Amino acid sequence: MTTQILIAGFGGQGVLFSGKFLAYKAMMENKEVSWLPSYGPEMRGGTANCSVIVSDTPVGSPIVDKPDVLIAMNLPSLDKYEDAVVPGGIIIVDSTLIARKVKRTDVKVYYIPATQMASDEGITTLANMIILGQLIRVCDAVSDENLEASLKKVVSARRADMLDLNKKAIELGVNYVG
Amino acid sequence: MAEKVLMKGNEAIAEAAILAGCRHYFGYPITPQTEVAAYMAKRMPKIGGTFLQAESEVAAINMVMGVAATGKRTMTSSSSPGISLKSEGLSYIAGCDLPTLVVNVERGGPGLGGIQPSQSDYFQATRGGGHGDFHMIVLAPASVQEMADLTIHGFDLADKYRMTSMILADGTMGQMMEPVSLEAPEVHTYDKSWAVTGTNCEREHNIVNSLYLVPEALEKTNFERYERYRMIEENEVMYEEFMMDDAEICIAAFGVAARVSKNAVLAARAEGIKVGMIRPITLWPFPKAVFAKAAEHVHTFISVELSMGQMIEDVQLATKCTRPVLLCNRAGGMIPSPEEVLAKIKEVAGGMSK
Repeated sequence: MTTQILIAGFGGQGVLFSGKFLAYKAMMENKEVSWLPSYGPEMRGGTANCSVIVSDTPVGSPIVDKPDVLIAMNLPSLDKYEDAVVPGGIIIVDSTLIARKVKRTDVKVYYIPATQMASDEGITTLANMIILGQLIRVCDAVSDENLEASLKKVVSARRADMLDLNKKAIELGVNYVG
Repeated sequence: MAEKVLMKGNEAIAEAAILAGCRHYFGYPITPQTEVAAYMAKRMPKIGGTFLQAESEVAAINMVMGVAATGKRTMTSSSSPGISLKSEGLSYIAGCDLPTLVVNVERGGPGLGGIQPSQSDYFQATRGGGHGDFHMIVLAPASVQEMADLTIHGFDLADKYRMTSMILADGTMGQMMEPVSLEAPEVHTYDKSWAVTGTNCEREHNIVNSLYLVPEALEKTNFERYERYRMIEENEVMYEEFMMDDAEICIAAFGVAARVSKNAVLAARAEGIKVGMIRPITLWPFPKAVFAKAAEHVHTFISVELSMGQMIEDVQLATKCTRPVLLCNRAGGMIPSPEEVLAKIKEVAGGMSK
């Protein structure tokens, strides 16, 4: 099985970071994995996205043109990539920042107010990990076990205090039922 | 085996170079290879090495030349326009027979071009890379693991043959992260009695120089150098064959184009089309023999490239134009999709069945 995932949002939302965590999580489950960032002349506030592929077999092209799963963390990302998702695929929407509904009727859609939830919990910078938790819930690319081992790979030792907060954020997303 | 870590291709090159014993890095930032320099800036001071951001690409390659003359492992990295600036130095290094490693993480051109991935420096890399008769060994990684492995191999080849090894990657390979396992390589020793290390008044001076005003002498160095090149063509060719046993259609692709093409080959095979792929890993020396052999049973070749068609000429030369060689390409920073490659394969397969 191969799952092609596209995580898209504003620069500064932690799109690349959550993708890196996902890639580590998959690698530590002995899956094949690739992670590719958009690296245009992006800046804070501009658009950013990353392609993550999780597979049982070696990854061919690392580019995700037709995602099985799209995480849209802002409206421009949903506008840009909604039509690219494969029929039967999954779209996960941060419903705090995206007011409109998904137009496609041939995909599964999950709305989660990740930015609002992050704000309510006092972890405003971690909406990216909350929405990633929802991905873990609704798609079987990776499991929700052993989050900490993978988090330790991406959270620098100097920011050890962020470990528990990231874990909490992911769990919020895993447990959220819209 | 060492624990696997996720690393960007650019970072894997830098760490592999350190493992290979390189302690002297000179560079100048340019997207999409800047992570090589950033990694070196962080690591070199901690291990007693030199990281130096030069005032220009021209300065950086000449610093590399200076260190190489002392017999120490040294490298620089850049992206397409920066490599053009280094080309004078590359020629001087070839003329002096110095071992160096040079990395080109290509971006779209010509000119300042763009910053998205490209393979359009193929001619520049495989035809020498500067003025005068010379070659570089050109290695084309198609995964982050190969970014590391070929860097280590490149240093060995450079020392063995006293010349430049170039890692010719593209922006995708530099920017993507994949699991990579990094281990200190086996240490080989090479004759460096030519190095300029100080005589202690105990031996004759070694002279590192590319100026020969007597044409007979210059001709002799050229012939000797090309004898070494002939040995490299005989002994150092690297490639990967994928599903080639019964292939009637053969994709030729390297780097990210090979990754994309692999998806297309698998999709076409699922539809019963007999297609395979030859992925050159050394672009110079080009794997001529394997293409010549493939031409005995392959009906049509398709060269998949992120350029206007450059490697296609080597495929034509290797197969002596005995079979059609078609081009499937995108340029200027665009990457062909697996669907585009599959469509080309189907077009060829359809034509063959008629």
